[in-house]
Amino acid sequence: MMKQTPLQKLDAFGRCAMPALFAVLLVLLSVTPLQIPGYSTIAPSFLLMAVYYWAIYRPDVMPFILVFALGLLQDILSGGPPGLNAWVLLIAFGLVVSQRRFFIGKSFPVIWWGFMLLAAGAGSLTWVLTAILSDTVVAPLPGIFSFLMSIAVYPMLTLVFAAIHRLLPPSAA
Amino acid sequence: MRIAAPLRTLAQRGAFLMLLLSAGAIMLFGKADPELFERTRTQVTDLMAPVLTLLSQPIATGARVVAEAESLVDLREDNARLRMENARLLEWQATARRLAVENRELRELLAYRPDARARYVTARVIGDKGGAFLRSILINEGTAAGIQKGQAALTGEGLLGRVESVGQHSARVLLITDLNSRIPVVVESTRVRAILAGDNSALPRLEFLSANSQLEVGQRIVTSGHGDAFPPGIPVGVITSVGETGVRVEAFAESDRLEFLRVVDYGLRGILSEAQPQTGPSPR
Repeated sequence: MMKQTPLQKLDAFGRCAMPALFAVLLVLLSVTPLQIPGYSTIAPSFLLMAVYYWAIYRPDVMPFILVFALGLLQDILSGGPPGLNAWVLLIAFGLVVSQRRFFIGKSFPVIWWGFMLLAAGAGSLTWVLTAILSDTVVAPLPGIFSFLMSIAVYPMLTLVFAAIHRLLPPSAA
Repeated sequence: MRIAAPLRTLAQRGAFLMLLLSAGAIMLFGKADPELFERTRTQVTDLMAPVLTLLSQPIATGARVVAEAESLVDLREDNARLRMENARLLEWQATARRLAVENRELRELLAYRPDARARYVTARVIGDKGGAFLRSILINEGTAAGIQKGQAALTGEGLLGRVESVGQHSARVLLITDLNSRIPVVVESTRVRAILAGDNSALPRLEFLSANSQLEVGQRIVTSGHGDAFPPGIPVGVITSVGETGVRVEAFAESDRLEFLRVVDYGLRGILSEAQPQTGPSPR
């Protein structure tokens, strides 16, 4: 590969930062009050969608430390037990990344189905951890609705991720 | 085409495990000592507060535009006028009830302690309940405006929650429906004391009632002021069911379409803010 000018390097860096910046925006949007009654209790997990998509297609733009930091940011802004989302997202990311080979090149319904499995697992894990960390059994119903919302919203968000994906410089590997 | 595998090298696996352990440690330490990360959390929310405020304003405006477009012009004006009047009258009603009860109690007392002057801080809600299992919200005022831990957060209708942590320019309010929320309350008419305990559902429960208390659907619940946590007499809700799942209370304050709320400082210190250094302007 020919040597890059500083401007090209800056451009490449800016493009690689876009998935991360968009993920931060997703976290902010997920806590912004939308004035829709009842929405916040069944809100989809946008961050999980981002982590899933980039784990499959471009894990080089989503390093572990970033997944950890995004999870912590979500914990802090949502008021939940610190570390919970960071832990669940790291596990989700690691799991998907290790199974990339299966998902790359597959059609969208397969990817969607894979997300469904991941969301179910992550949702259950979050529910169990919330129960443990707060010493009470929390009603799982809001979590189930949130899971269904996530599955429904994923295709729309994939379009945005794909658009960002096209802007990225080619992978180093 | 070689597919990059981020977990391939030992260093990457090591980094992954280390981060996983760190997250686990944070969870455990956060559970063992909730105060531990409070400073970091409030610093982060302070940092994000301006961005969140910026994001929530157009949405709130948009929601308002939609709401207004939905009604006819004259109906809208009438409606608005009546609602404002209703809100004002509700406040008067709450004051009048409180005065009546206070009057009754004072007659039984020998000494008279005048009520401390209340100070209100209005804040915008910039962060909604963050998930399926959480019932706390973020507001965009903090110690710089005089808000302190433990203060009551109200809407026009009644008690919404309590300030759980506060930064310089942001604060977190734990709603009464949250499973960690415990508010000492009293039945307005019978003065039966109880604790209003949230369980993440829409209807918090009354707990620690004495065995022979007579509770009926429709009785009003107000704060009792015990533990000096809150000023007494703030309307909380009405009893909506008495049954096997416990006594359920429907709160007056609507937590669904929140845009603004008021934080009250009656000058009480209470049990929550013992360890809190005075960082903001003193209310006295």
